[in-house]
Amino acid sequence: MNFYLLSLIKTVIVVGIFMHVLAYLQWIERKVIAHVQLRVGPRRVGPHGLLQPLADVIKLITKEDILPSHVNKVFYFLAPFVAVTFALISISIIPFGPEITVAGVRTNMGLTDLNIGVLFILGISGLGVYGVALAGWASNNKYALMGGLRSSAQMISYELPMALALAAPLLLLNTLSLREIANGQAGYYLGFIPRWSIFQMPFPQIFSFMLFLIAGFAETNRVPFDLPEAENELVAGFHVEYASMKFASFFMAEYANMVTVSAVATLLFLGGWHPIFPEQYGSGLVPVAIFAGSALLCFMHAASPARPFDKYTLPVFGVLFLGAAALFLLPPVKPILLPLFWFSAKVGIILFVFIWVRATLPRFRYDQLMRFAWTFMFPVSLVNLFLTALLVAVNS
Amino acid sequence: MDALLFLVFAAIAVICGINLVVQTHPISSALSLVGVMGALAALYLLLGGEFIAAAQLVVYAGAIMVLFVFVIMLLNAGTERKLAIRPWGKYLGAPLLLLFLGMMAYLIQRILPPSSPVVFGAFQGGTPAEIGRSLFTVYLLPFEVTSVLILIAILGAIVLARKEVD
Repeated sequence: MNFYLLSLIKTVIVVGIFMHVLAYLQWIERKVIAHVQLRVGPRRVGPHGLLQPLADVIKLITKEDILPSHVNKVFYFLAPFVAVTFALISISIIPFGPEITVAGVRTNMGLTDLNIGVLFILGISGLGVYGVALAGWASNNKYALMGGLRSSAQMISYELPMALALAAPLLLLNTLSLREIANGQAGYYLGFIPRWSIFQMPFPQIFSFMLFLIAGFAETNRVPFDLPEAENELVAGFHVEYASMKFASFFMAEYANMVTVSAVATLLFLGGWHPIFPEQYGSGLVPVAIFAGSALLCFMHAASPARPFDKYTLPVFGVLFLGAAALFLLPPVKPILLPLFWFSAKVGIILFVFIWVRATLPRFRYDQLMRFAWTFMFPVSLVNLFLTALLVAVNS
Repeated sequence: MDALLFLVFAAIAVICGINLVVQTHPISSALSLVGVMGALAALYLLLGGEFIAAAQLVVYAGAIMVLFVFVIMLLNAGTERKLAIRPWGKYLGAPLLLLFLGMMAYLIQRILPPSSPVVFGAFQGGTPAEIGRSLFTVYLLPFEVTSVLILIAILGAIVLARKEVD
């Protein structure tokens, strides 16, 4: 098939799914945090608040777009664009699964693959900070400026341990292309321990994984490193002067960065789309079991409804879950859905950790943040890289 | 396609470069420089220097320029004052510049040997593996000397930034 047409179709699919993931990630975050804090979270719009993201989008689009009189107009408009553009670009080189055949066309799951993929991710994430820094500066507001300054200093500091933590698994896998990195983690030790980087000999990369995740929290400005938008000190930090869709752009950029960090962690450390135990022990049936179990749960609760309308709503969800389970048994779609399931399961778990940490940990103080980066993260990641290099050299 | 992309990114680089000089505010100038760096990275990529392109993005556009912008924001540098241009500069400036550029172009053309034009995609040695191999074999000594130089610079920075302890 024509390369341009194929790329266009894949782009439309990936962008469409990505945008929905971003919107629903926010719903999941609100729900999870609510349940951690013994609340119920959004439930007014749609069943269990499932249409809340749609309502939020409509609200954000139709809000009055206030232009403060004292801002630097060019950079004030430029900043959200920069932030959201560099946050969304990274998805283009993330591979979601192996090579598949759809309707007679062989293609890779994922938009493209660069032989400098990891470096590209690092470069793009480094450029993303301009959005935040510019927003802080152009707002001409002391709180916003403080947020922008904090963000740029924080990003520069945490970029170093992040790059060092990324370099260690690359020594084991010997490539910079994300697709080859994922393929290099296929297979199992002793028939059941996956050869993911965090288990891979000669030096399991579990420390790199932790360091990368911590640095990822800082790079995406998430709690406990969300100093650039610390509400109780800076009102809202760098985006305090933004309203409507410009505010939503920053929001979207933050969630897109979260997804990117989780996807990169999955690909580099958790084996990408390779299942956690081999196919012959039935790893292909895991999604079926999960969805069928959910369906069963729905039907059980529908049989003894806690509220009157549960009798009608829960069977609908049960049938939907059963349909999803049946989809994973169909031979033509199974090779497409199975890698996608494992990939999104791993990304989803890391995203859940992001939300869980936000609900659990308090914020750092700024000097603690900096001291942590330079006196703990940096030396530890250097030692980790050195040990990995030593063991790889001795082993080969 | 390659030629078209080259023209686009070359134009971006030149426009950002001119903008860098014309702008009066330091932040605008710094961001124009980021534009130049980004366009240069794309040009390296077109020529097959993949690693150089990535390094350009990570190091220059991503780290050094962020530091520049950070310092400008921290010092809150204001708009620069325009100096009054003297009349002879106003009338002779542009012709002299053209004369200088013409002389340079002529001299470069005379001195350099006639070479085959650059072909996009002809250069293959730009992958990280190739660069690493040549750094650790052919250019080992310059590489190590540079590392020592950077180490000395880091030590100097620490000494300068250290608080005086009585």
